[in-house]
Amino acid sequence: MAARSGKITKDFVFEKASAFFASVVLFLAVLLFAVLLRESIPALRKFGASFLVTGTWDPVLERFGALPFLFGTLVSSFLALLIAVPLSVGAAIFINEFAPPWLKAPVSLLAELLAAIPSVIYGLWGIFVLVPILRDGLMKPLTKYLGWIPLFKGPVYGPSMLAAGVLLAIMIIPFILSVSREVLATIPQRQKEAVLSLGGTRWEMIRIVIGQHCIPGIFGATVLGLGRALGETMAVTMVIGNRPEIFASLFQQGYSMAAVIANEFAEAGGLQLSSLVLIGLLLMLLTLVVNFAAKGMLSKMVARASRGI
Amino acid sequence: MTGTITFRRKAVDRAMKWVFYLCAFLVVLPLFLIFFDLVIKGAKELRWSLLIDLPRPVGEPGGGIANGILGTVVITLLTMTWSVPVAIMSGIYLAEYGRGKFASAVRFAVDTLTGVPSIIMGIFAYVLLVVPMKRFSAWAGAAALSMIFIPVVVRTTEDMLRTVPTTVREAALALGITRWKATLRITVRTAWPGILTGILLAMSRIIGETAPLLFTALGNQFWQSHLDQPMAAVPLQVFTYAISPYEDWHDKAWAGALVLITMVLLINIAARVLTREKR
Repeated sequence: MAARSGKITKDFVFEKASAFFASVVLFLAVLLFAVLLRESIPALRKFGASFLVTGTWDPVLERFGALPFLFGTLVSSFLALLIAVPLSVGAAIFINEFAPPWLKAPVSLLAELLAAIPSVIYGLWGIFVLVPILRDGLMKPLTKYLGWIPLFKGPVYGPSMLAAGVLLAIMIIPFILSVSREVLATIPQRQKEAVLSLGGTRWEMIRIVIGQHCIPGIFGATVLGLGRALGETMAVTMVIGNRPEIFASLFQQGYSMAAVIANEFAEAGGLQLSSLVLIGLLLMLLTLVVNFAAKGMLSKMVARASRGI
Repeated sequence: MTGTITFRRKAVDRAMKWVFYLCAFLVVLPLFLIFFDLVIKGAKELRWSLLIDLPRPVGEPGGGIANGILGTVVITLLTMTWSVPVAIMSGIYLAEYGRGKFASAVRFAVDTLTGVPSIIMGIFAYVLLVVPMKRFSAWAGAAALSMIFIPVVVRTTEDMLRTVPTTVREAALALGITRWKATLRITVRTAWPGILTGILLAMSRIIGETAPLLFTALGNQFWQSHLDQPMAAVPLQVFTYAISPYEDWHDKAWAGALVLITMVLLINIAARVLTREKR
């Protein structure tokens, strides 16, 4: 009997030990929120809701507002989606429907490697390769001929909202691509065959079946990509220009929430530090809402696919 | 009439096919460009001294990133020392025991942490470690990286343990061994290649992380063996050199980036090879 109760005790200890480590993870998550909230209280007290709509960022006068950063984060991220979503969905369709079987594995491996590149390397490449290409090949000609459109207004510096958007697009493509491929893979083969057997061309098959089946899933993939783009720090910091102002032109410099934290946090103190933490808290909440929305959409889609609708 | 419609439909079909080909091409193009530039521009400064020398001031030829390489290795190992046990035990809890509200709360916490931008983890470590210690340190850098490492590994450990069939657990228990032994020696061992892959992938991710180190480990020009002092890391050096106005530092940034991507990809590919062999 003694031996048996000994065994039970060891099992008990092991279970409780594993539960203890799990509670450490839970504790860390709670602590993260608590820390950010506590540190941002001075800024919250001072500025309140006006923090969101104030466009000044003046460490000397101690007047801080998040608007230029919020603007930069949202505009660069949406720009990235605008570029990345069509390309990723197109590439996913190519891999799943057109590519010869031997090409599928290498292409997905390449996309996964793209996801493994550290963001500081994207930033480095952005500064020295992408920005010059965009400046001379796209921004200068567009300003010259279409400069009267506010979106393309000069002067052209190089580092800009556009550069940040394009670089972010390259970075989030692997994620949107792999989720899109999973979404496309849920289409029942018989539906594709049904369209083809009625005399539809391959494109009509894709248009009809994907239009019916995959729009929610692709939307989920898009939102997931957005979650990635919002929090991206290094690459954006290196090419966006880091100027806390709001311009209509995509060729002008901007700033993002993550970038201002990266640039100013180490040397900030007092109210500026608190304002930076508040920006961090806002960024985290924004990312979390977007991520959970994406997860909800995708799991709904998977559930539908498993029911065979 | 039907003839023209068919022709138009065929033309659209063919055009769309080329659109998809173009999309795939544009998706893989940046990867080739990035690797091409990394190798071409990185090789210029890639010499033995890069790997064994300390950084030198602007204008002085030579010099390396050796302290950064050591710093990256130290901070990564430090992170993993405490993160691996915490993450694996939590994963075991979630897969083997985790039912009820507490387990759902832990899962929700893991999901939440996975989605938090990495720079936020830097703020976290700054407030909890840098402020009380009154200095930037390798400890703080490792703490920030742990917050990225742990949730990823908890998730993969749980997922991998769930792929082990219940019959395996039952068979072990039927032989009369206790549950904790069955869990560690049978279930965890069966799932181990997958868990190890998860650990290596998370490791390759934190090696390249820059943002969480900016105001925790901070970086250092010199050798530093004390963990309570600012420590250099390759990604930080790449960043500093890249945004500097000096031509010869730009070359060093590319060489550093080449070293960094080599470290990251070696571990990443090792992780993939590992799973492929065992499956």
